[in-house]
Parts: sequence; C-alpha cells; structure tokens
Amino acid sequence: MNIPAELRYTKTHEWARQEGTDVAVGITSHAQEELRDVVFIELPNVGKVVKQGEPAAVIESVKAAFDIYAPVSGVISRANGALAKSPQAVNQDCYGAGWLFAVAPSNPAELSSLLSAQAYEQQLQTPTPGH
Amino acid sequence: MNKTALNEKHRALGAKMTDFHGWEMPLYYTSILDEHRAVRQALGIFDISHMGQVLVTGPDATRTLNHLMVSDFSQVGLNRACYTLMLNERGGIIDDLIIYRLGEEEFLVIVNCGNRAIDVEWLRAHRQGNTTVTNISEERAILAIQGPLASRVLETLIDAKVAGLGRFEIAPIRTIGPDACIARTGYTGSDGFELFLPNRHAGRLWEATLAAGKPQDAHPVGLGARDTLRVEAGLRLYGADMDAATTPWEVGLDWTVALGKPNFIGKDTLLRQRAQGVTRKFVGFVLPQGPVPRTGMELTAPGADHRRIGAVTSGTFSPMLNQPVGMGYVEPASAAVGAPLGLTVRAQRYAAAIVKLPFWKPERKPSAVSSPAPSSGTHLLERLS
Repeated sequence: MNIPAELRYTKTHEWARQEGTDVAVGITSHAQEELRDVVFIELPNVGKVVKQGEPAAVIESVKAAFDIYAPVSGVISRANGALAKSPQAVNQDCYGAGWLFAVAPSNPAELSSLLSAQAYEQQLQTPTPGH
Repeated sequence: MNKTALNEKHRALGAKMTDFHGWEMPLYYTSILDEHRAVRQALGIFDISHMGQVLVTGPDATRTLNHLMVSDFSQVGLNRACYTLMLNERGGIIDDLIIYRLGEEEFLVIVNCGNRAIDVEWLRAHRQGNTTVTNISEERAILAIQGPLASRVLETLIDAKVAGLGRFEIAPIRTIGPDACIARTGYTGSDGFELFLPNRHAGRLWEATLAAGKPQDAHPVGLGARDTLRVEAGLRLYGADMDAATTPWEVGLDWTVALGKPNFIGKDTLLRQRAQGVTRKFVGFVLPQGPVPRTGMELTAPGADHRRIGAVTSGTFSPMLNQPVGMGYVEPASAAVGAPLGLTVRAQRYAAAIVKLPFWKPERKPSAVSSPAPSSGTHLLERLS
C-alpha cells in the first residue's frame, strides 16, 4: 500500500500536503482502490469556505457517490479542473495528477492534528467492525 | 447466504463479492469498466447461476404459458427463445423472463433471482390442464459468454458451428449430457451465448472457457458490469425499471404483448389502459457530461420551470459513449425523443435530453443467422469430456 511518509491523513481516507501557504487535498491509494472506476468528480468552487471534517467534494464511481471531507478548515484556493476531463486520474495517480483541491487554511494547526503516515497505515490494518 | 457452484472459482480469482438477493455473487474481479469493455470489444464470461430455471412440461404446457404470459407461445418454434412478461390481474408485471421451447411439450423458463419463489408459486397456482411445473434451479448453473468473439472462442470448445446458431435459438450440448443446452441469448446488448447445465459441469466449463478466451483478452465479468452493460443496451431491470405496479405499455415493452391471442392474465387491464392511455412513459436520456443518474433522482421540466415530471429508475456511466446515461419515467407530454429535461443531483440541476433506446448497439456484421443451424448430435464438448 502506497502511503507517502511526508503527507498527513484523515480517518476518512483523505491526504493533505502543505504546498506553500496552501494545503493540497486528495484521496489515498487505499480509498481509490476501494472506489475503483472513478467517473465523475464534483469539486468545490474557489472561494468556498470549508470546515474540517465536513463534505467539500464528491467522487462518483460507477456504483455510487462518495463525500470527500475537508482535512482542514479554510477557503478553497485552487481546484483541479483537469479532473472534469480525466476523472480516472484519481485511480491512476491519486497523490499527483489526481489531487482534488487546495485550501488556504484558517487554522494551520489543524494540519498537525491529522494522522501521520504510520498512524494511517495502522488504521488500515485494524479490522473495521462488520468486515 | 446462497452460493452458486462457481463460488470458489470467483474467490480464487480474487473477486469482490456482494450480496445479491441473498446470493453471494461477484461484483467485479478487477474493474467494472474493464470488464464492461471486454464484453463490448472481446469476450466476457459471467456466472448467472443465481437466476432460476423452471421446467414447464406436459400436453397443456403451451396453454399454460399462453394463459400466464403476454406472448403467444403457439408462435414460438422448437428450439427458439421468447422474451416475455408475466402479469398479475391488474396488468402489473410479476417478472420479465426468457422462455425456451425445448420440445413440443417442454419449456425452460428463466426467472429473475429475486423472483424465484414468487414465479414458481404463480406458475403452479395458475397452470392449465395437464401441466407440470418443476423448479430445477438448485441443481443447475448458467454461464453467459458474451462479446463479439464469443462464437469463435466457444467453437474451440464445442465441436459445432455455434456461429450458425441464430439469435434466440437454443441447441443441446450432447457430450455434457441430455440436459445441457447452449442458446444465442444474453442481456448485455452484445452478441453472445448462454449455457444451461447441471452444477457438476459448471466448474470445468468455467475454467475451459476462461483458458480458451485468454489469448483474446477474455475477462470474467461480475454483476457490476452486467448492470452497466444492460443499461447501455437500454434493457430494463426487474425491480428497478418495472415492478408489479408497472404495465407493459408504461415500460415500453408493447412489442412483447400479443393482444390478438385469447385471454391471458392481465389482458383486460391492458385493453382498458390502451384505450385510456398511460400516465407515465419510460424513456432513456443522456447528459453531455456530469454526474451519474441514480435510482430515485428527480427528473424536471426544462427551462425555468423546475416542475417534477418524473424520476430515474436506472443509470450509469456509459463506457462506450463516455458519458452518463439514464432511464426512467416521465409524463407522456414530456417523453418525446430529443426533448430536453433536467436531472437533479445533490440539489443541483443538470441538463439532459431524451434519446431513443438503446444508448449503444453493436455494429452488425453480415448476419450469421442465414447459415444452417447445427444439426442435432454435432455438439461435442471434446476438450471437456
């Protein structure tokens, strides 16, 4: 499982990366593997205010639609418009070309409250009830 | 949870399994889109043994089916299949089925998985004269081999000109046994075959077909792609697009109904509704791009008027058209081909347009139907026996 050490993670399978003053956001390799076949992505508009842990985008696979939660609070500063034409980038390169949006954080401390790569990996290895 | 004879084979291939009407079935093996494309461009192999198989036999078998179904079975020739509907007294659809005529007095009825018990009970309760209804589902498997390369690959396994089998024809596979059959039917919109056989032969045939198809990029295909394929082909799904409160006129399956034949269950309602007209019509629609239409989503009038005119019953992303497609019901006044409509997804409105079904159909090569049908006794599953 590809879990880059330099990123931060949420329990809901988003990753967050500090890029200058922004925090770029995507979904993890584990998440894209679970979704398979991504066919549509609804991104937030630039300027939209988002709150940590609340839905900020939607990813649709062939089977269903899934909410993507903002890992940090702030204002949407960029959105990956290329995904409109190539949503499958999320499957092919979830940490690179498949990034979703970036947030100008209102509370930068939130980033360090997220899971480390090691903690996220541990979570993946813990069986979830009902599975 | 019920399991088909191929359950272990699916697990060995690493399939993602799912609960489908109480059956543990493969949803996909690698990817729904890849499996979908394999069927459209090469070959896909499905386990559809969860579907029910019922024999209707006896001197009055034809009379029974004519009483229970909308089609005229006196017109169905020997070794031919018929897609038909079974109605309740209110003209509502109990199930859509494929019925094969195996003999003068013998029919094989294929019923939807979720309707097995209901259908068998209804068939038994309404059988006419000397008719026997035998549920053989437990001992039987069905493999669907679908895609443009299906006949080529099957011919390497079955020593017969399966390419000579006409669309909707069925023939015995004699070396498997007296009760194994191959039919040129399927529910994907692509060319293909369905093989009906006892459970004990299913594993062997599954392995052999996968191996024979491997050089042609054959894929095992799960229920995920089975659904996207049938939607792309504009084929209705029982339980989603139609149910016991839907009549054949509403769901656009008028062509299945033989109104000229003597009385059948539901006919009175159909005649009445034909005179009065329907209050909703089944349509297909496309979005230039955007989200996937899903069951229950609202369809609205075009323009500034956001009035609800209907709802989605089936939808998917079409891998062949590379755009979202959907089916559902709208008011008859809004159902014309080419008419615009709105689709509401997560409180946002997307522009869509009604199109003629199917969304996609294969380019027809010169028909193989004109070549002679295989004579009986030529089907030898040499490599399998």
